[in-house]
Amino acid sequence: MANVKVLVAKPGLDGHDRGAKVVARALRDAGFEVIYTGIRLTPEQIAEAALQDDVNVVALSLLSGAHNTLFPKVVELLKEKGLTDVLVIGGGVIPDADIPGLKAAGIAEVFTPGTPTSNIVDFINANVK
Amino acid sequence: MAFEQIKAGFDKYMADVEAKLEKAPERANLAPNRLYTPMDLGENFDYMEKLGFPGEYPYTRGVQPTMYRGRFWTMRMYAGFSTAEESNKRYRYLLANGGSGLSCAFDLPTQIGYDSTDPMSEGEVGKVGVAIDSLADMEILFDGIQLDKVSTSMTINAPASVLLAMYIAVAEKQGVSADKLRGTIQNDILKEYAARGTYIFPPKPSMRLITNIFEYCSKNVPLWNTISISGYHIREAGSTASQEIAFTIADGIAYVEAAIKAGLDVDAFAGRLSFFWNAHNNVLEEVAKFRASRRVWAKVMKERFGAKKAKSMMLRVHTQTAGSMLTAQQPNNNIVRVALQTAAAVMGGTQSLHTNSKDEALALPTTESVTIALRTQQIVAYESGLADTIDPLGGSYYVEALTDKIEAEAWEYIKKIDEIGGAPEAIAKGYIQKEIQDSAYKWQMEIEKGDRIIVGVNKFQQEEEAPKNLLRVDGSVGKLQADKIAALKARRDNAKVEETLAALKAACADESVNLMPYILDAVRAYATEGEICGVMREVFGEYQPHTTL
Repeated sequence: MANVKVLVAKPGLDGHDRGAKVVARALRDAGFEVIYTGIRLTPEQIAEAALQDDVNVVALSLLSGAHNTLFPKVVELLKEKGLTDVLVIGGGVIPDADIPGLKAAGIAEVFTPGTPTSNIVDFINANVK
Repeated sequence: MAFEQIKAGFDKYMADVEAKLEKAPERANLAPNRLYTPMDLGENFDYMEKLGFPGEYPYTRGVQPTMYRGRFWTMRMYAGFSTAEESNKRYRYLLANGGSGLSCAFDLPTQIGYDSTDPMSEGEVGKVGVAIDSLADMEILFDGIQLDKVSTSMTINAPASVLLAMYIAVAEKQGVSADKLRGTIQNDILKEYAARGTYIFPPKPSMRLITNIFEYCSKNVPLWNTISISGYHIREAGSTASQEIAFTIADGIAYVEAAIKAGLDVDAFAGRLSFFWNAHNNVLEEVAKFRASRRVWAKVMKERFGAKKAKSMMLRVHTQTAGSMLTAQQPNNNIVRVALQTAAAVMGGTQSLHTNSKDEALALPTTESVTIALRTQQIVAYESGLADTIDPLGGSYYVEALTDKIEAEAWEYIKKIDEIGGAPEAIAKGYIQKEIQDSAYKWQMEIEKGDRIIVGVNKFQQEEEAPKNLLRVDGSVGKLQADKIAALKARRDNAKVEETLAALKAACADESVNLMPYILDAVRAYATEGEICGVMREVFGEYQPHTTL
């Protein structure tokens, strides 16, 4: 797929961005256009960046445990801005028990520790609109 | 034995091995040599210069003369979650079960100077640590724990001055004077910019706060470790062992320079500087790293800063096992990883140690998993024999060669950072961040290509059920803290709060003033952490990060 644009973003106050940066580079190496927001963004800032940069995918990373609050909020704000076609995926230290709830809230897939980056590339290629 | 004989024997051995390799292939991509001999140390290996004796320069073999023969390292478990009430229970449990010091984990709003009610705190309250909004929470956190009997480490950086002031104020209420307090604040802002992310203020006022703390504590809280210069998070962010100690010692150099520039005498504060290392998976490389780091710091303090006191040259270190090396897959295997990492930290000569729990790739640890982690330290201490003699790997051809190699690589980086203009400048330019993330990416790609094996992740995988009994912090903590703040604001003397905050604000604007007494006054008046940091944010502004990919 030509010109898939991915926003890799860290909502909340969590500074652990090793995973986000590794994923961002792997996606770039896989041929996507990647924008990394840096850490400590509000859901509003992320949704606004997605709008401004006209991205196809928003990839959220969070290791602090605030995912149940912040991931759905990003999805909600994207919808408010009319970005209903954007594929939203998430990753981080996320207990299996939370994943069904996140999917119901509009997170297309959740990637937990140990996932090869190639799985994320494949998922985006298969699901981006 | 003469070196010629060793060389002849070695050459014969190598020829024999090469002849056999076709039948029995080796793992060829490993970095160390196949075998180490006295030749790797060199014919002129100078024991006194390179190693010396425990408690003596350059401290390669350890900073104390008796090390674990005198007493074991402090078994200090990092803990904190939810409310002060919940965390107080965990602290008392750890102390009752043989933990010998406390280590406070604060939630992210506390670490970044936001009250639990701040919009920025949404979803984060009580999650990665305990929520502390004011002195009232701190009183509950240490309820029933005598602060003159325990040493306490606090993982707090940008608002370290505020949390230290709260600790001093709790002690006052217990009738314990500040000169009896023992413990550590992390207080290491440079690695927050480079690797950990809980910064608030720009570098200049941040360095001022740090030197203010050095000065205040040297006079009033003399047993307190005023900073824990941390490589742990740099390593967790993906650096190599050499980068971990090099970037951290470069940060240490910047703090010492700042304090000297602020007019402090190096020997008045340097003895209270402490360090924080990671205990990673490669046991012998880690042991060598600990030994090399002590040698580098001793030389820095003696040769670069002209320190005279022995204590100023000693790299005293707390250690935590590598959280990022624990796997979500087959989490029981993490118990074994932590045991090996513990062995590395102990053979490396750490002064205190936190061991991670098996479930930390999934959630915060349960009481059961924390207990296994603490017992791991006790088994290494009492049963393994690793603590029976000092620096047990000293003299190992491999470990000595590796210690030299890591030291040389560290000096190389320190030189580069000096050329850039020091650690703050190297961080401002993104150099240190880029080096770390390049290493992190390389590590991940090695795993994905199968060049690096992580058991249960890219080899020996198995189908498994989702783990049960994970610790969960529910969403009600935010509401509980909000109620507590509302009640506090209704009962405290708000005029007094305003007065202390105004005084603090005026002091912030005058660079020659030490802020600690002003922060203490505001804390004693029950100003919230968000109010105190808010005042400082108004004067100092906020740090704008350098984001590179």
